[in-house]
Amino acid sequence: MNATRTVRVYTSVGLVAAVVLAVVFVPLLFPVDEQAVDMAHKLQAPSLAHPFGTDDVGRDVLLRCVYGLRVSLLVGVVAALASTVIGTAVGAASAAAGGRGDRLVMRVVDVFSSVPHLLLGIFIVAMFRPGVWPVVVSVGLTHWLSTARIVRAEVLSLRSRPFVDAAISGGASRLRVAVRHLTPAVLPQAGLAAVLMVPHAIWHESALSFLGLGLPTHRASLGNMIQDARGTLLAGDWWPTLFPGLFLIVPTLAIAGLAGVWRERINPRRRSELML
Amino acid sequence: MSAAGNTPGACDPPALRLSGITAGYERRSPVLRDVSLTVRKGEAVGLLGPSGCGKSTLARVAALLHRPWAGTVHLAGQPARGWRYRAPRAQRTFAGVVFQQPRTAADPRLTLHALIAEPLRATGRAVEATDRVGRLADAVGLGPELLTRRPHEVSDGQLQRACVARALVLDPGLLVCDEMTAMLDASTTAALVTVVEDYRARTGAALLAVGHDRTLLERWCDRTVEAAGLGAPDERSRTPRARETTPAGTPASGT
Repeated sequence: MNATRTVRVYTSVGLVAAVVLAVVFVPLLFPVDEQAVDMAHKLQAPSLAHPFGTDDVGRDVLLRCVYGLRVSLLVGVVAALASTVIGTAVGAASAAAGGRGDRLVMRVVDVFSSVPHLLLGIFIVAMFRPGVWPVVVSVGLTHWLSTARIVRAEVLSLRSRPFVDAAISGGASRLRVAVRHLTPAVLPQAGLAAVLMVPHAIWHESALSFLGLGLPTHRASLGNMIQDARGTLLAGDWWPTLFPGLFLIVPTLAIAGLAGVWRERINPRRRSELML
Repeated sequence: MSAAGNTPGACDPPALRLSGITAGYERRSPVLRDVSLTVRKGEAVGLLGPSGCGKSTLARVAALLHRPWAGTVHLAGQPARGWRYRAPRAQRTFAGVVFQQPRTAADPRLTLHALIAEPLRATGRAVEATDRVGRLADAVGLGPELLTRRPHEVSDGQLQRACVARALVLDPGLLVCDEMTAMLDASTTAALVTVVEDYRARTGAALLAVGHDRTLLERWCDRTVEAAGLGAPDERSRTPRARETTPAGTPASGT
């Protein structure tokens, strides 16, 4: 049981490290124009010169995958951080307000949750010119809802613990209890929510790009590449679809694996807290 | 309201006076109804009763942690002017509270040293922390190497020792021990009772000890009170007031 866990930890950490190194250093080591068209070498099958082959306008698929993953990771991380900050603030404020204010905030959260994220996201990107930041704003603004719920529930359950009573009896102010006892207790949960949000945000970015609403079509993005490759796949040229797909799936699984390890690290202590 | 504190000989105001307390958690089903209890200065009162009879609620009311629906609380002669965060800091810290379960009463992220020092930090007396925590840890029997550990790295007994030290760190005039020893073995129980009694002998602090261990409370306290007579749900119509008993061989008056 421990051995499989260790394997999972090292696999996740190794994969995430490899992805980060690749998206940081490959563009530095191969400063080529990943958007340059080379019709003389279009749709070449994987070979030594082009390990992932070339696409329908002769661009190297491996390089475009790396550049695309870079954009996706950037969007994913920034959007996840933004949504976590919004969600934590709203959830904590809602729990702190209590009563009518709390009910009002949570009903607003319910209303937003009832609309599919992607639909709301499309609505937001449609208001801007295509680019990276509209996608970040769209994903960030649609994904804080679950974090707000988690943080609110956590604060509510923490607030009635005896250690808060002990702090009050020790003369702590409301602010001190919030800063010293409640926030540190909520941060691991919020951090976990942020990490889990990264793959989700990457998938949303890809979905928006695939629908033609995300990044400009010439930019290398995993969603754009899969969209572009649809025609060639029908002709039997599988590599422009398969490799971006793998670049989408493997890093997201690795990040999710990392989040799983984190969750296990949080939980044992929690269990011991509740056990007695 | 014939408060026991008004008896001749005890001219100081009682450490704790609860009068006509009605309290509960759910509307229309009070846990306590019209309960009155007085703990004189320097006196040790044991509150006895089975689980669920409201004795812990009464302890929380006495420590200003639970707002009663009716009734008044006087601490050292001063009427309570608020509950929880709204209580004036001096009134809140007048009562040092030890809870039944050290696990839930300790912030799992603090080291034992930080846990004991927290009330000093919260009241702007952080400079005294090193000195006072060291002395208190010594008194409750926690070695220096334990003070750097976090709650999940120590036993229940060790954690409860730290919680007792935390309750004493602000020199409270009243100690409220809510089933303090329920989770502990006999030797730790004896050690912690000794710590509390040493502190009381030194400072003249009063004690409200809540529990269901009759033998322990009758030996520990000057007098014991049956919580059943204080307004527990099944007894409330019969005896709305405290039925106070004095065990034989124990002086009835406080020091």
